[in-house]
Amino acid sequence: MDLQFLDAKASFEERAAVDALPEGAARDQLLPALHAVNDRVGWISQGALNYICEKLHVPPADAYGVASFYSLFSLTERPERVVHVCTDLACRVNGADTVCDTLTEHVGPAGKARGGVTWLRSPCLGVCEKAPAALAFEAGDPPGTELLAPATGADVVLAARRSPSAEDGAAPVLHQTDRESLRLLRRVGAVDPESLDDYRATGGYAALRNALELGPNGVIREVTDAGLMGRGGAAFPTGRKWEGAARQPALPHYLVCNADESEPGTFKDRVLLEGDPFALVEAMTIAGFATGATLGFLYLRGEYPRARRLVQNAIDVARERGFLGVDIMGHTGFSFDIEIRRGAGAYICGEETAIFNSIEGFRGEPRSKPPFPTEQGLFGKPTVVNNVETLVNVPLILTAGYAAYREIGTEKSAGPKLFCLSGNVRKPGVYEVPFGTTLRELLALAGGVPEGRELRAVLLGGAAGGFVRPDELDLPLTMEDARAAGTTLGSGVVLALDDQADLGGFLLRIASFFRDESCGQCVPCRIGTVRQEEAVSRIVGGRKLSTDADDLALLREVGQVMRDSSICGLGQTAWNAIESAVERLGALSVEES
Amino acid sequence: MTIVEIGLPKRLVEFTVDGETVRVPEGATILDACSAVGKEIPTLCYGDTLKPANACRVCMVEVEGSRTLVPSCSRKAEPGMVVHTDSERTRTSRKVVLELLGSATDLSTTPGVAEWMAETGADPERFGPPAPPSDDRDDALPGEHEPVDGLTAATVRQPVKVDNALYVRDYGKCILCYKCVDACGDQWQNSFAISVAGRGFGARISTEFSTPLPDSACVYCGNCVEVCPTGALSFKAEHDKREDGSWDEAAQTQTTTVCTFCGVGCNLTLHVQDNEIVKVTSPHDSSVTHGNLCIKGRFGWQHVQNT
Repeated sequence: MDLQFLDAKASFEERAAVDALPEGAARDQLLPALHAVNDRVGWISQGALNYICEKLHVPPADAYGVASFYSLFSLTERPERVVHVCTDLACRVNGADTVCDTLTEHVGPAGKARGGVTWLRSPCLGVCEKAPAALAFEAGDPPGTELLAPATGADVVLAARRSPSAEDGAAPVLHQTDRESLRLLRRVGAVDPESLDDYRATGGYAALRNALELGPNGVIREVTDAGLMGRGGAAFPTGRKWEGAARQPALPHYLVCNADESEPGTFKDRVLLEGDPFALVEAMTIAGFATGATLGFLYLRGEYPRARRLVQNAIDVARERGFLGVDIMGHTGFSFDIEIRRGAGAYICGEETAIFNSIEGFRGEPRSKPPFPTEQGLFGKPTVVNNVETLVNVPLILTAGYAAYREIGTEKSAGPKLFCLSGNVRKPGVYEVPFGTTLRELLALAGGVPEGRELRAVLLGGAAGGFVRPDELDLPLTMEDARAAGTTLGSGVVLALDDQADLGGFLLRIASFFRDESCGQCVPCRIGTVRQEEAVSRIVGGRKLSTDADDLALLREVGQVMRDSSICGLGQTAWNAIESAVERLGALSVEES
Repeated sequence: MTIVEIGLPKRLVEFTVDGETVRVPEGATILDACSAVGKEIPTLCYGDTLKPANACRVCMVEVEGSRTLVPSCSRKAEPGMVVHTDSERTRTSRKVVLELLGSATDLSTTPGVAEWMAETGADPERFGPPAPPSDDRDDALPGEHEPVDGLTAATVRQPVKVDNALYVRDYGKCILCYKCVDACGDQWQNSFAISVAGRGFGARISTEFSTPLPDSACVYCGNCVEVCPTGALSFKAEHDKREDGSWDEAAQTQTTTVCTFCGVGCNLTLHVQDNEIVKVTSPHDSSVTHGNLCIKGRFGWQHVQNT
């Protein structure tokens, strides 16, 4: 490839950041390279991009297209310190606007550099249980991060004026004190997440030992018989997915753990990553063994610095002690390793095929299916993509056996399930319950709505999910009951809104979110999400178009076509929550506006 | 004599389109099959010389058993498939997709689209009057936008980019079909001068750091102009003539000849108006060029008329 470069040179620091990449790095190191420069300098200059492109043999226009896709990168000069203030669903309900107002008053408007800092409004930071939240980054060697949650306006102003205190967040706190009832969360907060010995002392690596005895086919059979379904939202049978990849003749096979938890209101995977990282490492190793993958990628969202530190530690320690690498646990011929790839602020990269493009160093645009990932996935090879919660169920199955696992939950929805409770509840947090627990019971665990308030609605499943009314709280939380009730458990979001919540503003934020996070590849989503936001904004603001368009009819028609004709799940679900607010809560009616 | 590549023998796949049984060679798409039986399906991003990007979603059809509609340009026909190209669902989808495109983009130079809009009853105006043009679309940040009031419909209207003597980029007409990027990149030219930058509604075709073309990796082969379906990319000569109102396609003749610049033997189609060459294209079914040319064949014709 004959590349042509603009006449701009990289600084010493920029070169040093890129030179720290592995020897012989190729295109798939583009995202790590962009991170390296952005982390060290705070933004990516023409010279730095040139240097990256020379090193990785990537055309500069192409690399520019990739860099400009991600919201955590800046391609124009900005201060070393950047503070992201979450203004998404749970934070919005808990006072994010006040935080933003205080910052505007004391630091200046969002996006404007002043006094060595820039603050920005951010989509969900994934710490909804401690809303409102802010995350500060400071470029340097090493770079600094500081998570503020819950944050007051004054806290964030203070954080904007000093270097990050290197606090990447506190350990997750569980409200469920009866630990005997917990399976997925039993180690969270109870063991040292940095200690492999703690992990082994609490049953860690017994599952991998069993797996090695059972053999790959045996493992797949156990997982299939256990009835494990994906916990990322699509609820696909995990055993079938593994089998599909395992029997593909093309080599190598890859495993991707989807830890790009970006659905607003979702933070369960973060709690697992931070609280029990070795369990994920063990689970990925088992998945690699079963599906014939020798390399697994953990695609982790860029907004989770604490999770990254802890999982990287777990990987390194596991490798040192023979639980990763060559001849794992003395099992000759079984090799497997894990690489972390850090996302850079793009919700769409959680889509299973967009992840592949992102890891390969391309724009995080979803691919057309078919072909499905198990046939042609990462680097065109058979690939299994599982999310964090799904994988962490696997060691449970392999220690207790599929029959014991099946006894948890219901006939069609087996096992334990994590839910993320946030919004107007007294004890927000991650809760583990068996499938089949009712929504009322789950809300009661979190203490219900604050004193003196009435529940108005529950957003179930996230921005791509749907609303449930207070008279529907006896809904058993299973995949099949949710489907029958016209909603979805999605990624496990349970966001409560009380009678004081601004439902119109909340819906407008959902519309705005989908517009911001559309990759822009296909017309129904790229333009449909814009028209949806415009129509919701008109209704909420009580404004009419001169054409006298019936905005609800317009929303329905655009929503239907986004659902029918978009390439991927983002566009296909962008109308779900708003539709359900209209149909089930009577929101956006003329009277309301 | 035309040499037709017949390749290895292929199995035939039998399936139904709108109740009619169709047999096509294995590997053919639904769109191929429809064309073979004379059924017209509108397309915009489909390129006869490029891999389907299936981004415009104009060619969506209904396949029984599929949760969503499927792009006919890229979905391969499978035995027993039952396809509907003209159902209520496909008509609504086509209408709304055309409305969305028409509301955001200037489609005045896109062949075919006015008829499809009329056929489907598409009304782009119903989303409101277009917002004023913007001169900073190249700086759009990913994941961020100004709050909207909904009283105007956001568009991609922006000033025309005229930064060289050979071709003009009018991105207010761009529907982001990816064809220019694919033709410039690994599918034909290997220049990689342009890419899609940004994301969502802020996505746009761009050089690195939106630098002007003369500073970019562009080699002025014009193959991007050849594949552009909307006139967002056009010859400077055509652009100027359209501006002064003298562009008259009906009065033009087309003559295909062989390029004389070198020995490769590329086919050129000369478009002549008032005895003057106004643009040069290349036949897409030519086994030499597949529609592609170099800067000389595409743009090097001034000497012919410098008498």
